[in-house]
Amino acid sequence: MSDDHSGEHFSQHVKRYLFVFYALLFGTLITVGASYIPFGHRAVNIGVALLIASAKAFLVGGYFMHLISERKMIYGIMAFTAFFFIGLMFLTIWSFADFPPLATQH
Amino acid sequence: MDIPYTVQPRPDTGLYNAKVGIWLFLASEVMLFGALFSSYILLRVGAVEGYWPHGWLNIPIGTANTLVLITSSITTVMAWASLKMNQFGRFKFYHACTILFAMTFVGIKSYEYHDKFTHYSIKLANGKIADGHLVEKSKDFNLEKKTGEMVIHGHEVNFAEATGEKLQEELKSIYDIRSPEGRKAKHSELRYNASQIASMETYGPWHNTYTAIYFTLTGLHALHVIGGALVIGFLWSFGGKMWKTDPERFTNRIEISGLFWHFVDLVWIFLFPVLYLL
Repeated sequence: MSDDHSGEHFSQHVKRYLFVFYALLFGTLITVGASYIPFGHRAVNIGVALLIASAKAFLVGGYFMHLISERKMIYGIMAFTAFFFIGLMFLTIWSFADFPPLATQH
Repeated sequence: MDIPYTVQPRPDTGLYNAKVGIWLFLASEVMLFGALFSSYILLRVGAVEGYWPHGWLNIPIGTANTLVLITSSITTVMAWASLKMNQFGRFKFYHACTILFAMTFVGIKSYEYHDKFTHYSIKLANGKIADGHLVEKSKDFNLEKKTGEMVIHGHEVNFAEATGEKLQEELKSIYDIRSPEGRKAKHSELRYNASQIASMETYGPWHNTYTAIYFTLTGLHALHVIGGALVIGFLWSFGGKMWKTDPERFTNRIEISGLFWHFVDLVWIFLFPVLYLL
């Protein structure tokens, strides 16, 4: 985060926070609305919902948690975390091959 | 002994120590919730077709709770920004709101849990299944001794005798409440003597894999909300004295607690669609 702690500087920040807040509220309503739209396959609905959730997560992480302008050290920690998190998800997906034929995606 | 680098950044990291600490902690939290999300995916993909529940949770209530948590996130960041602008009064106001929103979130979640613990799935002696919310139970109700009676508001299904389309319809009336078949199910007050009931259970974590992962994920998340609210509550009350003696360090404490709070919000952003909508 910036080292400039002047009141004017933070007033600008506050405007940005409010914009993010409204975007998050809007995103929540869009998520609920999209869940009622039959996209043809449930997998598409899941994809759309996760896409919106990811956009909201970016706003929270980027602006409320200031990840958009952080120190290299924090980015380093996050890069390690992202690597292991993505690895965990890939392991989960690869394990689908071990499911019996009875199981199907919902 | 003074704790080093509580205000000034360490020359090597460029950050005060607590900030590095909280981000390392949040990294471990990502993996904790990641493992549970992974479990959710495996349970869902491994479920037999037609048996993974849809619409078991109240969407308007879940949406309201999501909005409450998002609003608590903005009040948290505004509380920190207020301190940066040297406005302690505003900080007190915004963080009082955060605590209030946290309590609202837990209150709403408790209501949802109560709804599940009063929702019964009753296997009847005739092979049918009665599903619905408890209206009343007689004082002498005892399933083992087969005494007393209970009333639920719900409907009956018969998986044993149904086949083909009828079975799909019966399944959806229980497992896919948002489907047209699910919405068609007519609910009424049903009265049963204990002697008519073979077994019964509530929609608690023991009911099926969906309720198990639902209670695990939301329960762990609720513990985080409670923990975060306690810390914010301390900083708002007794811990606030530090503002007079060491304002920069106090502001950093608010930033750290805020980072945790935003993470809790971030987890819910994924939990809400996954558990309520999909």
